[in-house]
Amino acid sequence: MNRLETDILVIGAGAAGMGAAICAANSGVSVIVVERNPDAGGILNQCIHNGFGLHYFKKEFTGPEFAYQLYSKTKESGIQFLFNHFLLQLDLKNKTAIFASEEGIKLIACKALIYTAGARERPFGSLLIPGDRVSGIFTAGVAQRLTNIENRLPGTKALILGSGDIGLIMARRLTLEGVEVVAVCERMPYPGGLARNIDQCLKDFGIPLLLSTTVTEVRGDGRLREVITSSLDENYNIIEGTQRSWSVDTLVLSVGLVPSTTPIMDYFSIDGKSRGVIVDNCMRTDKDWIFSAGNCVIIYDLVDYVTYQGEMAGRSAVNYIKNGNNPARYPIKKGNGVGVINCSYYVENSDLELYIRVNKPKEKAKLVVRSDNTIIYEGKPSAFIPSEMVRVKIKAEKIDDSFKKSSLVTEIIDL
Amino acid sequence: MRICIIGGGIVGTLIARQLGRFDIEVMLIEKEYDAGLGVSKANSAIIHAGYDDEPGTYRARFCSKGNMLYDELARQLDIEVVRVGSHVLAFNNEQRNVLNKLYQQGLNNNIRNLRILERDEILDMEPNINPDVVASLYAPSAGITEPWQICIAATENAAANGVEFHFNEEVIDIDAQGNKIRRVITDKHEYQVDYVINAAGLYADRIANMAKDVAIPIHPRIGEYILLNKFTTADLIHSIIFPTPSKMGKGILVIPTVDKGILLGPTSSDLNYRLKDLRATSSEGLEQIVENAKKLIPGIDIKETVKTFAGCRPETSQKDFYLGASRKIYGFFNVAGMRSPGLTAAPAIAQWTCEELQKTYNLKFNLKKDYNPYRKKIFHYYNNISLEDYDKEIQRYPEAGRFVCVCNKITEKEVIEAIKRGATTLDAIKFRTRAMFGECQGGFCTHKILQILSRELGFPLEKIVYNNAKSYVVDGKVRK
Repeated sequence: MNRLETDILVIGAGAAGMGAAICAANSGVSVIVVERNPDAGGILNQCIHNGFGLHYFKKEFTGPEFAYQLYSKTKESGIQFLFNHFLLQLDLKNKTAIFASEEGIKLIACKALIYTAGARERPFGSLLIPGDRVSGIFTAGVAQRLTNIENRLPGTKALILGSGDIGLIMARRLTLEGVEVVAVCERMPYPGGLARNIDQCLKDFGIPLLLSTTVTEVRGDGRLREVITSSLDENYNIIEGTQRSWSVDTLVLSVGLVPSTTPIMDYFSIDGKSRGVIVDNCMRTDKDWIFSAGNCVIIYDLVDYVTYQGEMAGRSAVNYIKNGNNPARYPIKKGNGVGVINCSYYVENSDLELYIRVNKPKEKAKLVVRSDNTIIYEGKPSAFIPSEMVRVKIKAEKIDDSFKKSSLVTEIIDL
Repeated sequence: MRICIIGGGIVGTLIARQLGRFDIEVMLIEKEYDAGLGVSKANSAIIHAGYDDEPGTYRARFCSKGNMLYDELARQLDIEVVRVGSHVLAFNNEQRNVLNKLYQQGLNNNIRNLRILERDEILDMEPNINPDVVASLYAPSAGITEPWQICIAATENAAANGVEFHFNEEVIDIDAQGNKIRRVITDKHEYQVDYVINAAGLYADRIANMAKDVAIPIHPRIGEYILLNKFTTADLIHSIIFPTPSKMGKGILVIPTVDKGILLGPTSSDLNYRLKDLRATSSEGLEQIVENAKKLIPGIDIKETVKTFAGCRPETSQKDFYLGASRKIYGFFNVAGMRSPGLTAAPAIAQWTCEELQKTYNLKFNLKKDYNPYRKKIFHYYNNISLEDYDKEIQRYPEAGRFVCVCNKITEKEVIEAIKRGATTLDAIKFRTRAMFGECQGGFCTHKILQILSRELGFPLEKIVYNNAKSYVVDGKVRK
């Protein structure tokens, strides 16, 4: 067995993990990044489309380019990477993580741990869609992996369920490779992906987007042969008589991501509902030496945001090692209109960066953050949609003046 | 002398294993790629205690005996059988009366340690049961297992003892000229045989027809199931929870699985005999499961579903197994109509079949000198080995340190071992190793397993199927 020591141990070499590692290493501490895959970048490596990095690099990259840019930065910082290493367990008492790889078992002791494991896709089985159990049903990520990396086509004629960004991207991708994409169905009355993707992936290729429509049955003998869709009313109940049959051999699902937290759920707290790691605005978990960032906390729209949050985790971990402080923190509550929010606690005297997803579209509204009845932040009036996250930065000074040391409440107020 | 078993489900494979003890020529023919892919695959996976079976039935005769045989079977075949116990819940006095009847019937069937529990004791044992419960029939000998694992294990053990297995081969005719079994004809070969054991499950009637035997009155009864995520629901219950039974059977249950998940189901609807290939779930069925399971365990969160599926079981008009030698065709022996509790009864029926064959046909089977009753399962490293030993193991086999399935922590070594033992499809890997069986349902590992299958078997990715010949996974290359 092999024993290693490091100041900071990062688990997961995606955008959050690399962001954290770069930030930490630039402060002069030693950093090891462990990754279960053979390379850095995580899911970016199969996202060969463009649109990455407009915020973080102020340039437009493809997924693999974004990953390469970040990875190049790590090379300047003396960060040690261990690829093909799989987390077996954490030894909290000795601040040690234990990994297996083809070299053997490795115990890595650290002063601070940063968990950046990303997310997984919701599987078909969780949707309770009745019908035959057939091949030819893929989550969008699997279809993307097969097409872009394994060099294999998932089928010849496809229907896509879910208008999340990956679903839209795959509609275009499969079309470009000669697969006939008959439609993209979305159960909500509005699309789930970014507006630019609706334009560039569907409209430009004449692929219909069917809103308030879902898959209600799959049929086939061995392989998928037919998909039945139905329209939904405003309460998401099936409207009888709207059933439509599509003769396809492939169904691609873009029905949401779930934070990958099961490997650590026995060690630090996760949110029972969203399954994300519970962190404060410094990305600290309920263990003072463990931090977490990226899609294992909440599902972000943009890899740029994921990278920023990784950096925050890296900075906080260094601060913890150097100063060992564990300041007071106060709950951040979801008020009216807020669906998803990136951090659950606010650490006193720190800058606050919030990522908020509204729970339904608002034509004109504003975001307000308050402490008891005192308004701390008030955003400009604008439109909000669930598919586009709102990012807000509030300086510590602005909060401290009126902070009542109980909690912060975020809400979307209709105008 | 040659015995041919038709059907590689739980009964067929256990009979093959029993016959493999003797110095006789035994073969088994199965139309699917793997053992246990029919009725055995999709059922409640319960080893029933045996209080439910009316005296005088084959069910009563073989269920409690089969239940007891499972301990030895588990030890010899290295399969998981967990005696978690079962509760039949009563929510009113009428139902309590049914429990009392079942209790008496259980005593008559010699079921040990049965007890009627009152509300407080039930809730102490299972705090998540609906608090309106008034009583339960508690049977500590009830257990759970993975039926497909038994089929796979019995196949491996029987094959090691000389039984010949023919998978992916379908019986299309049986030569029974002069009312005596002579030949079995498949889509690939024909075989001279003296005895045929009809263990063809849902298709036993078809096989009987081919042999010109009297018709077997079976029809399919479909049952739908919902499987919940083991990582988030495991603590909900620890034993099998039944409602009070009704005319349609045992009702919709809440069942812990040996993999620590929770299984809900089954529904129960009789189908026309022509619909025996149906394995589709329905929206009504899934709704019915949720509604009824919540009556037993209100805290069930259906959002934690990872998979829904359906299985058919063969039901007979007598509501009993259809067992024994044909009176019309000499050498044709039926082990059919394996409705519930077929899984529980199977080991006892396999033993009985061996004895009955000798008695009926005046045969004397001699034990093989080198018969080995033991089989080892594929070793699962995660959490089953000390770190020191695991490290040594990886030094010898680097693939034991390469993880394929992220959710269930399955290594490449385990996948390769499954292929060495005969797996050729994605489902065959899944049922042998539990890879792709976790909360992401193969999202992270399907492509890796496709690659390993392709590499180890030496055929292209396009040729790899999920479970049957029509279920191809990928459709050609993006670029040549």
